[in-house]
Amino acid sequence: MVQASVTDRPPVLRHRNSSRNIATLVMLLFLVYFFLPLFWLVVSSTKTNSQLFSSFGLWVASTINIVENVRDVFAYDDGVYLTWLLNTAQYAVISAVGAAFLATLSGYAFAKFRFRGRNTAFAAILGSIMVPQTALVIPTYLLLSKIGLINTPLAVILPSLVNPLGVYLMRVYSEQSVPDELIDAARVDGAGELRIFWSVAFRILTPGFVTVLLLSFVATWNNYFLPLTVLSEPTLYPVTVGLAAWNDLASASGAAQALYTLVITGALIAILPLIAAFLFLQRYWQGGLTFGSVK
Amino acid sequence: MTVQREQTLPAVSGKPSSDSRTKDGKPRGPHRQLGPKLVPYLFLLPFLLLFIFFLILPLVYALGISMFEDRLVGGSVFIGAENYLRAFRDQAFLDGVGRMLLFGVVQVPIMLALALTFALILESGLVRFRKFFRLAIFLPYAIPSVVAALTWGYLYGPTFGPFTQAAEFLNITPPRFLSEAGMLPSLGNIVTWEFTGYNMIILYAALQAVPPELREASSVDGATGWQIARYIKIPLIAPALVLTTVFSIIGTLQLFNEPSIMGAIAPTVIQNDYTPNLYAYNLAFQNQQYNFSAAISFALGFIVFVGSFTFMTAMNRRNAT
Repeated sequence: MVQASVTDRPPVLRHRNSSRNIATLVMLLFLVYFFLPLFWLVVSSTKTNSQLFSSFGLWVASTINIVENVRDVFAYDDGVYLTWLLNTAQYAVISAVGAAFLATLSGYAFAKFRFRGRNTAFAAILGSIMVPQTALVIPTYLLLSKIGLINTPLAVILPSLVNPLGVYLMRVYSEQSVPDELIDAARVDGAGELRIFWSVAFRILTPGFVTVLLLSFVATWNNYFLPLTVLSEPTLYPVTVGLAAWNDLASASGAAQALYTLVITGALIAILPLIAAFLFLQRYWQGGLTFGSVK
Repeated sequence: MTVQREQTLPAVSGKPSSDSRTKDGKPRGPHRQLGPKLVPYLFLLPFLLLFIFFLILPLVYALGISMFEDRLVGGSVFIGAENYLRAFRDQAFLDGVGRMLLFGVVQVPIMLALALTFALILESGLVRFRKFFRLAIFLPYAIPSVVAALTWGYLYGPTFGPFTQAAEFLNITPPRFLSEAGMLPSLGNIVTWEFTGYNMIILYAALQAVPPELREASSVDGATGWQIARYIKIPLIAPALVLTTVFSIIGTLQLFNEPSIMGAIAPTVIQNDYTPNLYAYNLAFQNQQYNFSAAISFALGFIVFVGSFTFMTAMNRRNAT
């Protein structure tokens, strides 16, 4: 019956329908794949340590233990987890605001002024996008230790303020969105350059600023290599380094201790702010990755 | 080198129209307060200071100390390129680079093929709920790599991992994701999970910039959706594909977070020198061999740079002819 009704249709339409179904099926399969780890994380955060081993991983156990797990995460080791979360928030907010502001200021300068050394400086900044982090982190550690900044928040924040891609994006954005005539008009009115930037250009540049802010925020929130290197004092750790340390402990001590539930629930809590930022500010996220490529 | 770079990267993603507006080179309009010559420098000063201190200086410093050796007698001694000669003869370093190349040759094409497929499907309007799919695939980019690696590591695990549980339930041999042979594909899966969506978004944006007239013309000519994708869309977004490939090569060669987390879960498989970056880190912080570690980092940076640069020039040349 079904066969018959399908073959009755004109061939082109039938073709289009079957590729539509195949495409939807493929996308649904991959949707399962992309959600699987997050689903497992949510399910597992409801289990006790022994339920983790005794119940099937992809479904909840007989009791829901999430409240106790969350309490344990915040109670363990004198509540160090909350300190890690606050550290992460502090590093990420300061770095993101600073990096976005510096990138906007520089991008605007590159877009709207002509000056000696402009091309060289811009080429160096662009080129540095290609410099692997690897080559930087260890010498940065050595340099910071020479000036006594190791084991301070500044050791994470200062390097995170440098966002060369942000400068590039803000240059493109300034060129596209701030009309020269507007700047000229403000100059004729007698406004100083800083005032023009702040009260004329910056308003127009705000969407770009927010994009760079978000990209820097996520980069710092998720950073692991740099804080792992420059911080050794656990009360200064961001949550990524802290979770990795808990995981080391959990893996070393095996099932004997209830550490796996700490790592799992801690990981879930750590990603909630990011998922929230991700969902509510989608427009800016996707904008950031695209406004360099759409002419 | 730097001048060439400036030419290549903007060509990839929309060259800033740096020279179009003020061809005469004169600043427009009178400047009343700060001297017009000084203003741009003041605007750039904060960023450039940090840029010099945290980008240029570490590079120069790493290059510098990589040419010295700490000796018990005599302190720091200049040894020229000897650390580099040692690095390129060091089996642990070479094995790590080889492992990452193998990883990259398999993982990067799979990830980009997936990203391109998703971008094409979503952009062509073949499926419904496009916005939702786009968001769901992009979501892992917001997850810290530490959390991604931890979660996948537990999923792979032989004790409470659901794959093992399912295999035991069905009475078949459980997959050994964390074994010597399974580790590289397992890591590849984590990286694919994390970054497919990011690449998809870049490719999707490039696809949206393809002029609609082109595809309308070709569908009038009777081209199928696949033919339009293959002969019109993909060639037109080649620059974005080059960009995503280069970023992927850079990311692959300096893999650190994922293997470092998996190392805690499977310590016998992932040792201190599993990836070059892990090796450099452990040389510096476990063995205090800062000079040699700097040489390893720098050599790796050099390989990354040469790799991505060669790829980009090769692609630019191919596109030009």
